[in-house]
Amino acid sequence: MITKLFYYMQFPFVQYAVIVGVLIALCSSLLGVTLVLKRFSFIGDGLSHVAFGAIAIASVLKLSNNMLLVLPITIISAILLLRTGQNTKIKGDAAIAMISVGALAFGYLIMNLFSASSNLSGDVCTTLFGSTSILTLKPLDVWLSIGLSVVVITLFILFYNKIFAVTFDENFMRAAGSNAQGYNLLIAVIIAVIIVLAMNLVGSLLISALVIFPALSAMRLFRSFKSVTIFSAILSVVCALTGILTSILAGTPVGSTIVAVDVIAFGVCCLVSAVCRRQA
Amino acid sequence: MSFIEAKNLSVGYEKEVVAENISFAVEEGDYLCVVGENGSGKSTLMKTLLRLQKPLAGEIRIGAEGKGKEIGYLPQQTVVQKDFPASVKEIVLSGFQKKCGLRPFYNKEEKREAEVNMERMGISELQNRCYRDLSGGQQQRVLLARALCAAGDLLLLDEPVSGLDPRVTADMYELIESLNKEGITIIMVSHDIGAAIRYASHILHIGETIFFGTKEEYLESPEGKYFLARQKESREEKTDHSGSEYSA
Repeated sequence: MITKLFYYMQFPFVQYAVIVGVLIALCSSLLGVTLVLKRFSFIGDGLSHVAFGAIAIASVLKLSNNMLLVLPITIISAILLLRTGQNTKIKGDAAIAMISVGALAFGYLIMNLFSASSNLSGDVCTTLFGSTSILTLKPLDVWLSIGLSVVVITLFILFYNKIFAVTFDENFMRAAGSNAQGYNLLIAVIIAVIIVLAMNLVGSLLISALVIFPALSAMRLFRSFKSVTIFSAILSVVCALTGILTSILAGTPVGSTIVAVDVIAFGVCCLVSAVCRRQA
Repeated sequence: MSFIEAKNLSVGYEKEVVAENISFAVEEGDYLCVVGENGSGKSTLMKTLLRLQKPLAGEIRIGAEGKGKEIGYLPQQTVVQKDFPASVKEIVLSGFQKKCGLRPFYNKEEKREAEVNMERMGISELQNRCYRDLSGGQQQRVLLARALCAAGDLLLLDEPVSGLDPRVTADMYELIESLNKEGITIIMVSHDIGAAIRYASHILHIGETIFFGTKEEYLESPEGKYFLARQKESREEKTDHSGSEYSA
């Protein structure tokens, strides 16, 4: 099995997949804790559906690199979603449900009406569940992913303390005179970037899993923000690697394999936490 | 020059006025208690003081000669915080956020000041414990330490004892009193009129009529007499054992 793995690892497309997979897993886990704690878990879900709609448009327009269209659209939606969450007639969760289902429907409609592809349901399935697209990455995609990941990780480290403060107590921060609104916006933009990145790996339906499972697992075991964040990053990378390698060896779809590993890891963390509590 | 000065202030949401014609002034070292019944506009006034909301009419001025510009705020706890994985130290340090500006990390001086403030609140031994594992009183002390980090000379406390048992409540009031004696200006929003009368130097009563003055003046005023009588009645009806008896 090991020799088989080494044999596969010689191919550049497998190397690309592993590099990009690990980076995406790392990025997506970073903000998971914030999203879960701010009760924003569903924003990831909504945005991924928006990204699906954007990809449909991009593929109809036959853009050579659809990230150029998908990224701005997703970022704008993220900002709009955060805005609506605060002070409109439609409450945050309802707005997200509306936008996500709407984008999903229009995306599929556009693909259906205009697509020249002979394998429409295959295309849709790929976009929704990621399937093999990570194994068909071109060097440009890889560099784009690396670049965006570096930006996300740098921003996260630089604003770590502010993200903590705005997650724990937004009102306190605003009362102290800090620009909480600005940091919320920053969080929204980072999430949008992560989602667009992660679409390559697990497809738009499974992204939320990548964002929230590591955070939820870490929250079972650790009790400070820093340790939760670090552990969820490590866990996410380990799960992604395990998932990618398993899928290469077993020939299973990449995205769903990674998510399955994440779910198992969550189960293990729950078990460990229950055992620890019983002993304590 | 006073720390906070409000003139003919109207507060409320959007176009709906909740309370109007509020005028008061807070001097350095004062202990102002804002009392009133539920829905009277206490918390709306507080949000206005914190600049979370704009006043509908009138004027408000906060801070004087480089002091009291920042308000250390002790909020009521939110649902999110109840199971938040964060250590005490992380939370206390987050009080320095404003002073950090765009600087990404806390410096040595801030870390030392956080230690000092945890010491003052008697929570030094808890600093690596998880916030959600603490008792209600301990959590309040953590948030108070954070407020002290954010502002050294003016604190705004929103119902600081709600949900605490009588003994812890008494401890909390003692702690706040000792901070006031150190020279920190305190504004406390509370419906516990007994504590207000025992500890505060000034009272701002919000309701159908607005009263502002010293505690002694309040006890002589019609608002004060009426409110005290009402509270006493309802307290006697309930005959609960919540500990805070009236020293009026």
